[in-house]
Amino acid sequence: MTSLEVVGTGPLALVQDLGRPGLAHIGVTRSGAADRHSHRLANRLLANDADRATIEITLGGFSARILGGDLDIAITGADAHPAVDGIPFGTNSIAHIRAGQVISLGAPHSGLRSYLGVRGGIAVNPVLGSRSSDTMSGIGPVPLQPGDVLPIGEPARHFPELELAPVAAINDGLVELRVIPGPRDAWFIDPDALVRTMWVASDRSDRVGVRLIGTALEHRWPARQLPSEGVLRGAIQVPPNGQPVILGADHPVTGGYPVIGVVTDADTDRLAQLRPGQPIRLRWSRARIATAEVSDW
Amino acid sequence: MSAPTIRDYGDRALLLECGSTDEVLGCAAALRAADIAGVTDIVPGASTVLVTLTDTTYQATTRTRLAEVEFTFQADPVPPGDADVVIDVVYDGADLADVAALAGMDTGGVIAAHTGTPWRVGFGGFAPGFAYLVGGDPRLSVPRRDEPRTRVPAGSVALAGEFSGVYPRESPGGWQLIGRTETVLWDIDRPQPALLTPGMWVQFRAVDPP
Repeated sequence: MTSLEVVGTGPLALVQDLGRPGLAHIGVTRSGAADRHSHRLANRLLANDADRATIEITLGGFSARILGGDLDIAITGADAHPAVDGIPFGTNSIAHIRAGQVISLGAPHSGLRSYLGVRGGIAVNPVLGSRSSDTMSGIGPVPLQPGDVLPIGEPARHFPELELAPVAAINDGLVELRVIPGPRDAWFIDPDALVRTMWVASDRSDRVGVRLIGTALEHRWPARQLPSEGVLRGAIQVPPNGQPVILGADHPVTGGYPVIGVVTDADTDRLAQLRPGQPIRLRWSRARIATAEVSDW
Repeated sequence: MSAPTIRDYGDRALLLECGSTDEVLGCAAALRAADIAGVTDIVPGASTVLVTLTDTTYQATTRTRLAEVEFTFQADPVPPGDADVVIDVVYDGADLADVAALAGMDTGGVIAAHTGTPWRVGFGGFAPGFAYLVGGDPRLSVPRRDEPRTRVPAGSVALAGEFSGVYPRESPGGWQLIGRTETVLWDIDRPQPALLTPGMWVQFRAVDPP
């Protein structure tokens, strides 16, 4: 049986699929690939269903040996200069690897997360219906360690049709993200300061959230506490210190800080490729309507 | 109970403003009964319900469908008898003195107030096994910390706003820490992984450090 033996992990390597939808009421968040677009592309190149598990590699440095048979693989997301036995091959393309060969990734020059897909998918045991590592809750497989041997699933009946996919390079400069206003924009003195400020991604960012650094947003009612409410990836929470946090794949299911706006679903995948120190501009995706919030809240 | 106000929450979710904790539970039940296509999750909060959708194409149609849902509910207050769960706590939390100052009492007063009356699970969330406990001594209503901690240890017993709660595992958090417990709030290998579920009554009991 074909399997993948982890040789090196780099800073963080996690098994991810499309997560655990439908369990938020028992406090279990969706989790899943941070950059779902790149995860799906890896599976599509390999003719896998979209929910087959891939390995999410943060800042490269991962290497693994193929055991027990040949294997088709594809690497998407951040270009970490993948190689087989030291010979480079391209990202966003399918590669045929022979038993005993070693896949290795260097360090990406832009972007944060690469996705290693294998034909058949990574077939570790699912937990609550998913193979995703939820880093905040500790649900699912623990972060990969050298020496881990990962089983490979049964391949689909159909075969890969694409050799490579044209993908725009990941932006290493200013990133613009579209934001839908609210639901709690009225909780700020000047909500439009969110889209006028040049933000920088903090190095205290992870799969739970990306922290932004910039001129603090001013709360309209500093003494008031928002009753906790459900949150979603892309929600821009603003704690009392005025520095926004954009929630990621492993966000808590509810939160108590007002959400000034929510990054569009598509742009949350680009958010997952932001590196610490990278500048960010947020833009309202539609006109913000100043609503009169009941004042006796 | 009037029909909830509906707000867009990004382009893949809608937020329903329902009112009290009882009304929230009523809203969530009505939504589950309506069985609307494209709904991924129904997430109750303190006064709202978040409805998340499988993708952005369901946003407009779900708004229309929600207008047709009949939101009715009956208040069902249950008087407290014996608590469903007793949780032993060592009251030595990092924020115990701050909480005492905010509440205008000494630390012994905080402990007496926290253990004096039972609490009720209002709703789940924040993390697996975390329960928002309501109905405790109103003098213990304190704000969250200005700067959330990036790591709070498992078993930390905490306060924020009108709520008390126990951190089921190490996680980030902004609540005021007053103590810690050995009780396991979440165990994925148990038939029911969460110890506390909405509606249960909880009694805290002060114990000496082991």
